[in-house]
Amino acid sequence: MNKEELKIRLAELCPSAVLEEGGEWTTAVIDPAGWDGFAQQLRSAEGLEFDYLFCVTAVDWKTHFMMVYHLTSTVHRHTLVIKAKLDHECPVIRSVADIWRTVEFHEREAFDLMGVEFTGHPDLRRLFMTDDWRGWPLRKDYDDPVNMIKL
Amino acid sequence: MDVSQQNMQPFPGEVHPTAGGGILMTKLDEVINWARSNSLWPLVFGTSCCAIEMMSTAAAKYDWSRFGFEVARATPRQADVIIIAGTIVNKMAPVLKRLYDQMADPKYVIAMGACATSGGPFFYNTYSVVKGADHVIPVDVYVAGCPPRPEALLHALIALQEKIRRGGSEKISGGAS
Repeated sequence: MNKEELKIRLAELCPSAVLEEGGEWTTAVIDPAGWDGFAQQLRSAEGLEFDYLFCVTAVDWKTHFMMVYHLTSTVHRHTLVIKAKLDHECPVIRSVADIWRTVEFHEREAFDLMGVEFTGHPDLRRLFMTDDWRGWPLRKDYDDPVNMIKL
Repeated sequence: MDVSQQNMQPFPGEVHPTAGGGILMTKLDEVINWARSNSLWPLVFGTSCCAIEMMSTAAAKYDWSRFGFEVARATPRQADVIIIAGTIVNKMAPVLKRLYDQMADPKYVIAMGACATSGGPFFYNTYSVVKGADHVIPVDVYVAGCPPRPEALLHALIALQEKIRRGGSEKISGGAS
């Protein structure tokens, strides 16, 4: 499916999605509330079949967090980027680990370093940091007076 | 001085020819140090990009076995020198300490590159990096660079050999004396 066809299908599936222009891939900003239902459709809808989620990113914009999901289809060879804006005080989004199994570790990483909470995740605990670590080290406002020398 | 010449240290002692052979006049310490310095076995240990340069130093083009470093050992129990090739993070520090503790005396440590020396590019604003491997284990030779070229590592290895030849053979680094 080419980019134009993909945009038309996206508008049908999720009318509230806002398409971003200028990127390498088709990019849609969605409301995080409807993410798991939309994800299920992306995974299984005929013609889309995004069967591989290859990257999950959390970006700290100081005023909010932006989740970025990179999806691709090994059937149709098309790629899609989904973004969802989260509240900075309480970043919560539905986990999609039940839809794409590989996301289990991606989401654990985003939880570990950014403190994004994924509801419904089967095993949401620290991945790189030690289990007793406090804080979210990749956040812009993170401070660690013991280990960090500030410049 | 050319590195190959620099490394060509004569055997420490004199041979007095006698009928049917000769008598060797030397000091035991010097012979032991000479032997140790010429067969230093490095540990297979690398934590980041410096390890690529270290592998290059070991491979055909730079070939550190010309200077007596020969086989890199995959177990600390058979290694004499550990080259800290890369960043040491807080989670790696106890592993490094344990590897060092498992090496048999006499043992030597080379801190290769900026990270192993001081934390390098990760000195400021980092929560995870040890600011110099010498916070964990004692270091004999430091190499500058990010990463150092193979020539720089060879120079450090030769400097370590020099240090061993000059030092007493009783040197036990890090252990109880």
